[in-house]
Amino acid sequence: MRKTLLSLLFLILIGLLMANTFSAKDSPWDDGKSIDLVWEISPMAIKVEICRQDADEPKRVLLTCSDPSGSFRDNELEPNNEYHYQLKAYFQDDDLTLSASAQTRAQWFYMGKLGFLLLLLLVCGAILYYIQAARHGKEFFIRRIAGLDSMEEAIGRATEKGKPILYVPGISDLDDIQTIASLTILSHLAERAAEYDTEIIVPCRFSMVLSAAKEVVREAYLKAGRLDAYKPDNVFYLTDDQFGFVAGIDGIMLRRKPAANFFMGSFYAESLILAETGFATGAIQTAGTAQAHQLPFFVVTCDYTLIGEELFAASAYLSKDPQQLGSLKGHDFGKLVIILLIILGVILEILETSNLKEFIAGAIS
Amino acid sequence: MKSSAPLIFAFIVGIIVLLSEFIPHSPFNEIVSTLEGWFMIISGFAILLGQISLIRMNTHKIVHKLDNWQYHLAGLISFGLMLALGLLWGMQETPGILGDATGIQAWLGQKPFDYLFENAYLPLSATLFSLLAFFIASAAYRAFIIRGLESNLLMITAIIVIIGRTSIGTMLTGWLPESLHFWHFPNLADFIMEFPNTAAQRAILISAGLGIVGSSLRIILGIERSYLGGDK
Repeated sequence: MRKTLLSLLFLILIGLLMANTFSAKDSPWDDGKSIDLVWEISPMAIKVEICRQDADEPKRVLLTCSDPSGSFRDNELEPNNEYHYQLKAYFQDDDLTLSASAQTRAQWFYMGKLGFLLLLLLVCGAILYYIQAARHGKEFFIRRIAGLDSMEEAIGRATEKGKPILYVPGISDLDDIQTIASLTILSHLAERAAEYDTEIIVPCRFSMVLSAAKEVVREAYLKAGRLDAYKPDNVFYLTDDQFGFVAGIDGIMLRRKPAANFFMGSFYAESLILAETGFATGAIQTAGTAQAHQLPFFVVTCDYTLIGEELFAASAYLSKDPQQLGSLKGHDFGKLVIILLIILGVILEILETSNLKEFIAGAIS
Repeated sequence: MKSSAPLIFAFIVGIIVLLSEFIPHSPFNEIVSTLEGWFMIISGFAILLGQISLIRMNTHKIVHKLDNWQYHLAGLISFGLMLALGLLWGMQETPGILGDATGIQAWLGQKPFDYLFENAYLPLSATLFSLLAFFIASAAYRAFIIRGLESNLLMITAIIVIIGRTSIGTMLTGWLPESLHFWHFPNLADFIMEFPNTAAQRAILISAGLGIVGSSLRIILGIERSYLGGDK
């Protein structure tokens, strides 16, 4: 009796070990556009083929491999749809077909972005705290940014020489935050230029930027009480084409010889062409961008360069508004948090623990 | 109301777009797609403003015969010519008002718009791009002039990377034994690019990212208003 039971258990165990399984499940914590497929079949299989079998579409092979067990994520699906899958395993002299189906469902949270959300909340919380503190009269020390302090010098020089100022708000459209940051700097610069009665030329690559820049410059002249000196034709559209735009600006620099050039915003391959031409004309040049690859070109060719975050801090720095200056302290707190996380991450990686890295990178879901 | 409406709109839209980054569920994705569509539509209308600005500025300079008015005339003629050719005979597969210009195509080998695009626009664009090579040389010369410790370090680093990225680097240090393979010029160049260079670039990117968070928050909360034209 005991012997029979043992044999039966052995057979069940073997059966379980040899069981061929194939399952399809909606991927958790996503936008309902993927399904996870998991399979485990006999190690005797020579080839495994997984296909998607939709009612109104021809059979589509998703994966061909020789692994007897594994998983695969089928992406770019439609949310709230039922998908049918078929696994075909080929053996030496036989084959096996397994089917599975699952419905995609969108969840209410991307769990993979939890680390990112917590960091964002921490940084935003700090910024709001410092803004609130500034509202209550607390004063913060903000380090000097030479590139922004030099604006007065540049405008003064242009005024003395009776030459215009050239301001290029980058080559990206209005949906780039660098362009928005650039327009906020333009607002301050145009106001100072209006006060000094110095002409400011603003060529734009995109029509949306043109509309915003026109409004910004006009309001700046109005604020300075010099609306009569505002020339709408000085803020103009050149062309959407990258190198056509550069050629146009180079032409302006060579013909009009501005005393001061400002390149603020998003720049790509044209950065050096612009800044070198400006250098050749002898203008005092200030650049600012968050494009890390273009920064070396600007550093070499311009008198002052706003590096990365300085471009975004410029408006707050120039306005001297306590609330905006408070937000800069929030940036500094964010930097401190990131420095601490980097140190902690390095220590954990040395200890061969990658949980923090996975959490921040969103690998844990 | 005129000044507060854009701020309210920026706040609502900003919050929705921010939430959609973390909420994959409907309707957030659809709202963001719709907003992107709106941006495209507004951009489409804005293109007209750009063209009007272009024509007005150039015409003004030509009519008043201001300095270098000839360049502006050339610009306007080019603009008008390409516009007319595109409208009349279309481009690539798209036919124009007068059809596909089969006769002209037989003569030129392609549509007039495409012919000018490939034989005038592309060479001009490439010419301007190629100027970069000369500008890099002149900028590098200025950057490498030894003035102090920093420029000295910069020059040494640059020489290592330049030599390491060319075949001469392998030739110069190829004789070094395997135990000193780190000191081979190509390996030194790779090390500089992979570690100090990447670390510095990431530092800039992280700080720029924080700047973007701060700027976005100031815009969403209406603290930063100068991009709208005024502070009040």
